[in-house]
Amino acid sequence: MSARETMLTRIRAALAATPSAPVVAADGVPRTYRHEGSVPSASAAAVDLLADRLLDYRATVLRCAPEDVARVAATQLADVGTVVVPAGVPATWATALTEAGVAVRIDEPGAPLTHAELDATGAVLTACRVAIAETGTIVLDAGPDQGRRALTLLPDRHVCVVRADQVLGSVPQAVALLAEHPERPLTWISGPSATSDIELVRVEGVHGPRDLRVVLVEA
Amino acid sequence: MTVPLGMPRVRPQPATAPTDPLRWGPSFPEAAHGTLADGQLRANLRRATGTIRDKRLAVTAELPDWEDLRAAGSAIKTQVMAGLPALLVELEANVTARGGVVHWATDAAEANRIVADLVRATGATEVVKVKSMATQEIGLNEHLAAQGIAAVETDLAELIVQLAGDMPSHILVPAIHRNRDEIRQIFTDAMTGAPTGLTSDPRELAMAARAHLRERFLRATVAISGANLAIAATGTVAVVESEGNGRMCLTLPQTLITVMGIEKVLPTFTDLEVFLQLLPRSSTGERMNPYTTMWSGVTPGDGPQDFHLVLLDNGRTRALADEIGRSALHCIRCSACLNVCPVYEHTGGHAYGSVYPGPIGAILTPQLLGMGTPGGLPGAGPHDPTGSLPFASTLCGACYEACPVKIDIPTALVHLRERAVSPAGGTHRPTATGLAMGSAAVVLSSGSRLRLAARAVAVVGRLLRGRRLRRAPYPGSLWTRTRDLPPLPRESFSDWWATHRKDGAR
Repeated sequence: MSARETMLTRIRAALAATPSAPVVAADGVPRTYRHEGSVPSASAAAVDLLADRLLDYRATVLRCAPEDVARVAATQLADVGTVVVPAGVPATWATALTEAGVAVRIDEPGAPLTHAELDATGAVLTACRVAIAETGTIVLDAGPDQGRRALTLLPDRHVCVVRADQVLGSVPQAVALLAEHPERPLTWISGPSATSDIELVRVEGVHGPRDLRVVLVEA
Repeated sequence: MTVPLGMPRVRPQPATAPTDPLRWGPSFPEAAHGTLADGQLRANLRRATGTIRDKRLAVTAELPDWEDLRAAGSAIKTQVMAGLPALLVELEANVTARGGVVHWATDAAEANRIVADLVRATGATEVVKVKSMATQEIGLNEHLAAQGIAAVETDLAELIVQLAGDMPSHILVPAIHRNRDEIRQIFTDAMTGAPTGLTSDPRELAMAARAHLRERFLRATVAISGANLAIAATGTVAVVESEGNGRMCLTLPQTLITVMGIEKVLPTFTDLEVFLQLLPRSSTGERMNPYTTMWSGVTPGDGPQDFHLVLLDNGRTRALADEIGRSALHCIRCSACLNVCPVYEHTGGHAYGSVYPGPIGAILTPQLLGMGTPGGLPGAGPHDPTGSLPFASTLCGACYEACPVKIDIPTALVHLRERAVSPAGGTHRPTATGLAMGSAAVVLSSGSRLRLAARAVAVVGRLLRGRRLRRAPYPGSLWTRTRDLPPLPRESFSDWWATHRKDGAR
């Protein structure tokens, strides 16, 4: 018998031997928890709450009007030398970076940068798929304006642009949106990398980007 | 005493290298004797668990629907157990459909062999690892080392434990038994390229680990991880972490091998909304952990292009066959029960002699080994060290209150105590507890016998005249060796009542 058959046989035998164990059907799960967050999605209150949570994680938060995104992002990147951007970000972002005197590397799907090149890049500028106000979380799903996962991992500074209409109130709302494409690789980011492994003292900044800057674009 | 040059000056904990990650060292009471004598350890633990308890309470109180989330989490886990065969087959189909390869491993030896063969096929002699309880449980690192493959732990606490030659003593923070000064010493002694003049500042220590691991991440071609959960309906696997070492391992290498206990499967993508709220708040006491990575099979051009998922039994089906004990399989490894446990706080994790310490370990470890069941591993009877684990508790219930999926640990403990004392099937040597309980049953089941016994106690009480009996004669000495006997009364309650009822106390 293969290991697969052995295990499935053992599981079925264990279940058959415990007929009085509690059983819950798929529709028997009590989903009485909140689906909406404490603030309405895409509201000014949601953006405020997201900003508050991000600051609590010691991320940097910048707020701006839609027409100022490229300029504000470029200001946050003027001192790093080189910046990588995924191929799908608005052209104005790359232009603003070049004007600010920053070398821009575009990660094209057909010609990806090597890990060594990404490691030698000062920062990355991306958009996001969705954000969760209540938990201060930004989710990337590797869309064209976010790029493959390595892009937002190796550079030490991540500047992420979040539009107000992308800010949902709660975790269940975000999961419902992401469920449209469960096959995409997802990265949930809540602040800069951190560790609490030494005496449970939180230290921000370990292996992932140590510097997370979020540009919140007001409606 | 001389210290050989080149050897770590910090002594490994425990002092002798364990042979079985689930069962090493003596029984809990014996091991606890040793750990309780370590004042430094107790101070480290008290500070650390106190900090995290406060954080967890603050972030769980923040959610008005916390109890609803716990109820949902508990129900989903119950649903999973009953539907496990179908869910695992569904998970296998969906991971395979998205380009992954699924392997099944009945026990630790088989899982180790599968992983070692997969690594060897790539030609790699060094792999990077994300912290994983499943691979700790099967002793994967030691197995790989014997095959000439170096497994580099990349989680900070796991790295500390690996460099010190320790066993983990906590599910979430395996190096919780070490304080910053000890960690500085461990890094200075055992970490290649440790900066000179390293201080005990946690930030500085974390940065030293970053520098040490960075080049290993960049050159790694194979990574090994565990999984916090996997979605049957979509083939999505998730790893929840803080430092970004998980992202490094899950993103950069060509090959990714994930070892997951079969109980970690969840039915639907929607179930994420429950567990991604329960886990971080219960675990590190944060609203959300810094990073969560989810992947479904292989994504062309993004992340590892070879993905293997190893589904591990290793005693889980033994636990499943116990309808009370199986709730231990609901565990999502948050470690909240360890942080609130008065026994854990005093004895530390090493006293439990298993990679799964604390309240959850006390019910999980004996069941994975099959203690007191006909299908158990050889030796896993009531005299095995793991047979002492269900007794390593005061039954105060703090663990049950803290558990995000409402595992009734006290009830499971009592149930397993019974199993340890009266194992099902086979012959066994009677235990002292079994004999004591048997005698108690004889006395307590009859009013006249109880009255006689109470009078006998009162006779001894009068002889002692209120003095304490410090050492009772054998077998009572087994009890008084570690506990105080209260002063014995000079009159039994029933005699007292018989006298006083006449005084009109009705």
